[in-house]
Amino acid sequence: MTQQWLGYRRENGRVGIRNHVVILPVDDISNAACEGVARLISGTLALPHSYGRLQYGEDLELHFRTMIGTGANPNVAAAVVIGIEENWTKRIADGIAATGKPVAAFSIEGYGDLETIRRASWKAKEFVQWASELQREPIDMKELVVSLKCGESDTTTGLGSCPTVGVVVDQLIDAGATVFFGETSELTGGEHLIAERMATPELRDAFMKTYTDYVSFIEQQDADLLGSQPTQGNIAGGLSTIEEKALGNIEKTGTKPVIGVLKPAEMPQNGPGLYFMDSSSAAAECVTLMAAGGAVIHFFPTGQGNIIGHPIEPVVKISANPNTVRSMSEHIDVDVSGLLSRTIKLPEAGEQLIECLRRTVNGRLTAAEALGHREFVMTKLYPSA
Amino acid sequence: MHKFLIHKRGDHVGVATEDINAHENVVGVYMDDDSTIEVQAHHAIPLGHKIAIVDVQPSGSVLEYGIQIGKAPDGLKVGDYVHTHNLKSARW
Repeated sequence: MTQQWLGYRRENGRVGIRNHVVILPVDDISNAACEGVARLISGTLALPHSYGRLQYGEDLELHFRTMIGTGANPNVAAAVVIGIEENWTKRIADGIAATGKPVAAFSIEGYGDLETIRRASWKAKEFVQWASELQREPIDMKELVVSLKCGESDTTTGLGSCPTVGVVVDQLIDAGATVFFGETSELTGGEHLIAERMATPELRDAFMKTYTDYVSFIEQQDADLLGSQPTQGNIAGGLSTIEEKALGNIEKTGTKPVIGVLKPAEMPQNGPGLYFMDSSSAAAECVTLMAAGGAVIHFFPTGQGNIIGHPIEPVVKISANPNTVRSMSEHIDVDVSGLLSRTIKLPEAGEQLIECLRRTVNGRLTAAEALGHREFVMTKLYPSA
Repeated sequence: MHKFLIHKRGDHVGVATEDINAHENVVGVYMDDDSTIEVQAHHAIPLGHKIAIVDVQPSGSVLEYGIQIGKAPDGLKVGDYVHTHNLKSARW
């Protein structure tokens, strides 16, 4: 008998695997009010962050895209948006409300924190009680949007955990699901492999421009990148160069054509398939962008043991490093270290990950969720005005 | 019992899947065809770190996954421990 997959079907037809009511600050100075509401109303989740003031141009657009995308994510049942002033608060609330889900907006100017918390808490209580009655229903694997990024990589990620993810990504794409990968600078040395997999010449050009722009900025800083990219942890784990790191990283993208090049936090428009999203290779920044793009579950291969989680997108850790799965076992969801000892084969490792995916979709908490990891980190493109 | 794995035939390095002792004779397995190779390690090589399985000329390209992962300014000898001291990025 085929095992059942269960999720929350939202007003716009999209499928989520969690049922959060978020209290979303538009800007850094509204964090306290959001945290105040979350303290008063059980089952709500504040998402404090560091930005949202005096940003402009593309950096401001990215801020709005990330905020709206986070609220719009199908893992969110309803959102309360709080900002210092009315206009940007309304813009974000309206963007989220386009999904059809319940949204309420509050601005602090003219009221102060305490009155804002009082008003927002009434709405948050209404939302959380409403959301608590929503039921999971049968879904199809093809309705999932899955994101990928590895971290604290070492050579075992290229040998084991990334190929395991690659096998499952191919299955997901064949089933009609949507998958994002990114980490722009971390393709260096293997960028030609990704370029060759772009579905059209136009996409290949768009990808190479995105890649070259990102890497040119890094190179303009004229800094020694050894220790940053690859990181100190990568080097301790045996990775010697960015090229070696990239080739291991790329293993997790599987073998399918890439059908879209997304801006950071952009939602895919070309239907199901494999997408590249321009993004930092820093774990929390990258996962935050991908969740804002609509990903509901994240596969995170790790070698030396990155511990990241995200407040609304569950992060599944996969490791093939026999030392890490022993010394940091509380962080690892899927142990594929048998690939190094050759006691298991790749298809078997893939089956383990699919089973973990199914159970996590159906509600089992990931290690990072159980440990309270809720890293929500906005990407900032340049200094504020 | 193998102590290192090699991604592809033609690669210049393998990756230790267990700690390797200096002067130890160790077996490696090619992941693409399950064939094996035996080399003597010149140095201790920790799990996850690389061992040279062919000689590489000074300034020569070093291949892993069948693709260049950098250059070896002073070259490599079979059995060498390969890491940031003798393998440099060709990109940055």
